[in-house]
Amino acid sequence: MVLSAADKSNVKAFWDKIGSHAGDYGAEALERTFCCFPTTKTYFHHFDLSHGSAQVKAHGQKVADALTQAVAHINDLPNALSALSDLHAYKLRVDPVNFKLLSHCLLVTLACHHPAEFTPAVHASLDKFFSAVSTVLTSKYR
Amino acid sequence: MGFLTAEEKGLVNGLWGKVNVDEVGGEALGRLLVVYPWTQRFFQSFGDLSSADAIMGNSKVKAHGKKVLNSFSDGLKNIDDLKGAFAKLSELHCDKLHVDPENFRLLGNVLVCVLAHHFGHEFNPQVQAAFQKVVAGVASALAHRYH
Repeated sequence: MVLSAADKSNVKAFWDKIGSHAGDYGAEALERTFCCFPTTKTYFHHFDLSHGSAQVKAHGQKVADALTQAVAHINDLPNALSALSDLHAYKLRVDPVNFKLLSHCLLVTLACHHPAEFTPAVHASLDKFFSAVSTVLTSKYR
Repeated sequence: MGFLTAEEKGLVNGLWGKVNVDEVGGEALGRLLVVYPWTQRFFQSFGDLSSADAIMGNSKVKAHGKKVLNSFSDGLKNIDDLKGAFAKLSELHCDKLHVDPENFRLLGNVLVCVLAHHFGHEFNPQVQAAFQKVVAGVASALAHRYH
């Protein structure tokens, strides 16, 4: 699965549009993930997961910042995400299935907040982008 | 408690009552074919599927999407016995249509994205969670008679 020039352009344009809201959307996507897929909470048993939690807000910002970096380096994701890839492989060891769950909830969040921009073509590009990021983050698992 | 809690049933029915099933069906099927192009394998007779615009405007896609979602909608009326409600359709999808059940999960998630797209903030995490249960239940029911 390869990101085409059109995919990259769609993702960059969309991410520019969301600007400083990325952090809020990261937090909302996490909240949706925990709510819809309770098994994902097993990785955050040490967090306060109640609505509006400061820890979830902060973690959402972290996830968003990483995605912003990924967008900025969309032509070389493996290098740009190398440290995060190590982290997920050797320390966090989040089962790969969970990246699909968070990616889905990111799409849902973005669809909610940006209906005009969330066209079918952009939906496809974003899904491919999150899939590419997930692949890099799990690439060193074994 | 059945498959959904009373509260979840309320959330699902509350939102579903506002859904234009025909339109959302076409939108969901269209997006499935755009976002996961390999699903086009089941629709080779549908004509022009060469671009996102072609797919979303394709009248056969719209008509089929309408059919699929009306069936889903009927199933919602039997939410506590989805396996029973979809038994015949399950056999059809296995024996005649030869559709890998993974496609039901893909379509379910695309439907959730379309609902989010239409309803925005109203499609909050609790509503989404209820619908995730529903689409998972329908996908499972449709796969139940496979052999």
